[in-house]
Amino acid sequence: MLEVRNLSKRFGGLLAVDDAELTVPEGAIVSLIGPNGAGKTTLFAAIAGFLKPDAGRVTLSGEDITGLTPHDVCRRGLVRTFQVVQPFANLTVRDNIAVGAHTRIRGRADARRHAETIAAELGMSEMLDQPAAALTVAGRKRLELARALATGPTLLLLDEVMAGLNATEIEDIVRVIRGIREAGVTIFLIEHVMQAVMSLSDRTYVLNNGAIISQGTPGEVASDPQVIEAYLGHGASQAITREATAAGGPDA
Amino acid sequence: MDGAAATAVPSAGLLPFGDKMEFLGIDLPSYSWATVFGSAISGVFLGAVYALVALGLTLIYGVLHIINFAHGSLLMLAMFAVYFLWKLLGIDPYVAMLIVVPGGFLFGYGLQRLIIGQSSHGRDEIILLVTLGIAIVIENAALFAFSADERLVQVPYDMDGIDLGVTYAVYPELAALGGSLLITLLLWLFMTRTDTGKAIRAVAKERRGARLVGINVDHIFAISFGIGTACVAAAASLLAATYPVHPQFGYLFVLIAFTIVVLGGMGSFVGALVGGFIIGITEQLGRLYLGESLGLITISAIFILILLFRPTGLFGQRVR
Amino acid sequence: MSEQTRIAGWTVLLALLVLAPLAITSGRWIEFMELTLFVAVLGQGWNILGGFGGQYSFGHALFFGTGAYIQALLQFKLGWSPWATLWFAIAGGVLVGAFVGYLSFRYGLRGSYFALITLAFAEAFHVLSRSLVAVTEGGRGVALDLNLDPDRALTTFQFNFGGDFLKAYGFYYTILVILMLAYAATWWMEHTRFGAQLVAVRENEDAAEALGIDAFRVKLGAICLSAAITAAAGVYYTQKFLFIDPGIAYGPTKSVEALFAPIIGGLGTVLGPLVGALFLHGLGEFAKETIGLVWEDRPGLDLILFGVVLILVLAFLPRGLVGLLDLAWRRLSGAAPAARKGKADA
Repeated sequence: MLEVRNLSKRFGGLLAVDDAELTVPEGAIVSLIGPNGAGKTTLFAAIAGFLKPDAGRVTLSGEDITGLTPHDVCRRGLVRTFQVVQPFANLTVRDNIAVGAHTRIRGRADARRHAETIAAELGMSEMLDQPAAALTVAGRKRLELARALATGPTLLLLDEVMAGLNATEIEDIVRVIRGIREAGVTIFLIEHVMQAVMSLSDRTYVLNNGAIISQGTPGEVASDPQVIEAYLGHGASQAITREATAAGGPDA
Repeated sequence: MDGAAATAVPSAGLLPFGDKMEFLGIDLPSYSWATVFGSAISGVFLGAVYALVALGLTLIYGVLHIINFAHGSLLMLAMFAVYFLWKLLGIDPYVAMLIVVPGGFLFGYGLQRLIIGQSSHGRDEIILLVTLGIAIVIENAALFAFSADERLVQVPYDMDGIDLGVTYAVYPELAALGGSLLITLLLWLFMTRTDTGKAIRAVAKERRGARLVGINVDHIFAISFGIGTACVAAAASLLAATYPVHPQFGYLFVLIAFTIVVLGGMGSFVGALVGGFIIGITEQLGRLYLGESLGLITISAIFILILLFRPTGLFGQRVR
Repeated sequence: MSEQTRIAGWTVLLALLVLAPLAITSGRWIEFMELTLFVAVLGQGWNILGGFGGQYSFGHALFFGTGAYIQALLQFKLGWSPWATLWFAIAGGVLVGAFVGYLSFRYGLRGSYFALITLAFAEAFHVLSRSLVAVTEGGRGVALDLNLDPDRALTTFQFNFGGDFLKAYGFYYTILVILMLAYAATWWMEHTRFGAQLVAVRENEDAAEALGIDAFRVKLGAICLSAAITAAAGVYYTQKFLFIDPGIAYGPTKSVEALFAPIIGGLGTVLGPLVGALFLHGLGEFAKETIGLVWEDRPGLDLILFGVVLILVLAFLPRGLVGLLDLAWRRLSGAAPAARKGKADA
């Protein structure tokens, strides 16, 4: 479904993404992990059209989407969420989601109705009339997801939707993500919460210093010595599965 | 009297230089090099005046990252202060600097601390509107109190000066040129050599970090605004002998000052100085070739082009 | 507030404005209402771009002046009917809006930079209208020929010399119709996808782009609509005063007038500009009657007050007077204050 070939992005002297190659098959949940500052968010931004890659190609279902604007990318079915949530703070939850729904639905009332359906699916029905600014962190993360889902995507790029959530909230959102995949949406996610990565992903890519250093099933990746080195220097291999590593701060 | 513009050498007595020039299909008048050079020199003097006004504006932008729309009205207010100090107490406008500069600092400090900081909720677009509101209040208060009449400080030496061959420079113009260079130097020394200056630079660069290391950011904001206003007060006493003041006086300068600040790079002192000279010379040559009225289009044109194509300006870094 | 209450409220307000001349017999108060509605039109034009779109223009005189000049010049130079020229005047305003919007938004100017470039364009047009004497008559301005024949008042759009009714109320109803059209456009916008997307761009441009919104096109649409309404105010001005010059057309006064009413009334609300205009000009008249009597009639007093009110509103009423009214209404009707709806619903 999504193919990234030889993608590079440079900021001045810093090579933020270095010749990245990856594939997200249709219907799968693929994850992208790596230490802070590895270039994960930059890679997402380059795929979704927020940054122009310096080299390489991105194709979505066989169609070249390299260098398209974010709104064009979205209309072709690929939508991203932001690691630092970006709600329309003065609008209600309903109107926030309706903005996403407008990508495919012209009428105001129809879009609002679709927003209510999406909100119900994500368990947000009670919050519909609240302004987005009044939501909790968990609520905002969920709103970010709801808005993206309302655009009717075929591929969702989720950037750390679990950061800052407690254990119960993480369980909830893992269930929600599974449900989205059941509904036929392919998912590509950046995540630091390792338990979630292990249980959700069909396939995992590891990014370090802008380059993909490992790939495979989550189990294979977790035991790859190169990956362990990237995370811990010279650490023990089981350490990577520990929550302690997982709850890392925001990615640069 | 139209400031430095009036000092252009009359072209009647000079021989036209070369063939007719053409620009975009329009026949431009052709002048001798002496005329063009003389015009450029008076542009330097005009530019010094502009730079003086722009220095305070660029300091305020560099630290607070706001565009201070009240800047022109503060200039006008300071000019009225200089005028009345001369008119009522007989104080020479250059001596008045000793009073209006500290006064300007206090006024600016209070304005930022009590009004702008309080009412803007830290949002840039609100600050923009608050400073616009302040400009309107000050301008109309001056109109209400002083009427729209033009007033000029008369000094006995306003026509004395030095013959530069291609043009004649009067002492007030020389004072403005020297003053702008001196104030730039003083600002630079202040920012690099004093603790307060270093704190201002820290706040300009990293607001949150500065707060964490115990710098009182609100105080520094107000100090910066105070210094910016003090600069404009110094400019006022250097301009008072050449420019008649009236309530709308600030508006004429504010657009030019913005142009210079954007051209030089917001927050750069050297940029403001160089930008001032560029705009001064451009304006004088524009007037020479396009006429008194259309010549002013050069300023708007530069402003628009810079905003579109190089919004960081020529020296596009933060406060140095 | 339920949809029915809102519609009922609007109907009452409209009826009041239509019937106002029955109650107002003094010419001075009709003039006052005309000025207020004129400022409300200017304000609604600004509000579409600034309030709903979050793009604060400091140079809306661009569109006002272009509308006013085209309306005047096509009559003056070519002798066209004012009813024909007005379409060109509005189209001209839209064209200038599209030009300025295309450049500013294409090059990504936001916030203060957008405010500065609109100001710079207004100043450029100011200089041009003063300098291109062959086209604009320069600083002298354009004065239209007076028609003194009451029978031709309608065809010449010069109601000041019409019959009793036209003379007294012609311009009041003209500006009321323009205001209603401006309000209809805003109402339409608020109830369409375009309006929702514009507000989304105001709130967060990156998020809007990620959700499939072409922010450039949406902003361009907003500036064109905004310019059309503001140019219509220019057409009204030319017909009412039969005179326009560079200072009136492109000077800073109209740009400032355009942003006062919506900010004070309530940014991004349909009702805001009218409420703001009524409040400001009511305050101005009141000041003239009280403070103005102490020191004869000096200029500047009303603008001092407007500036002070602007700062106070920015400091204490983020949703403007409409937000205040909304709060009062909730108190009175005992509605639960918890469920605050979107900004645009206030």
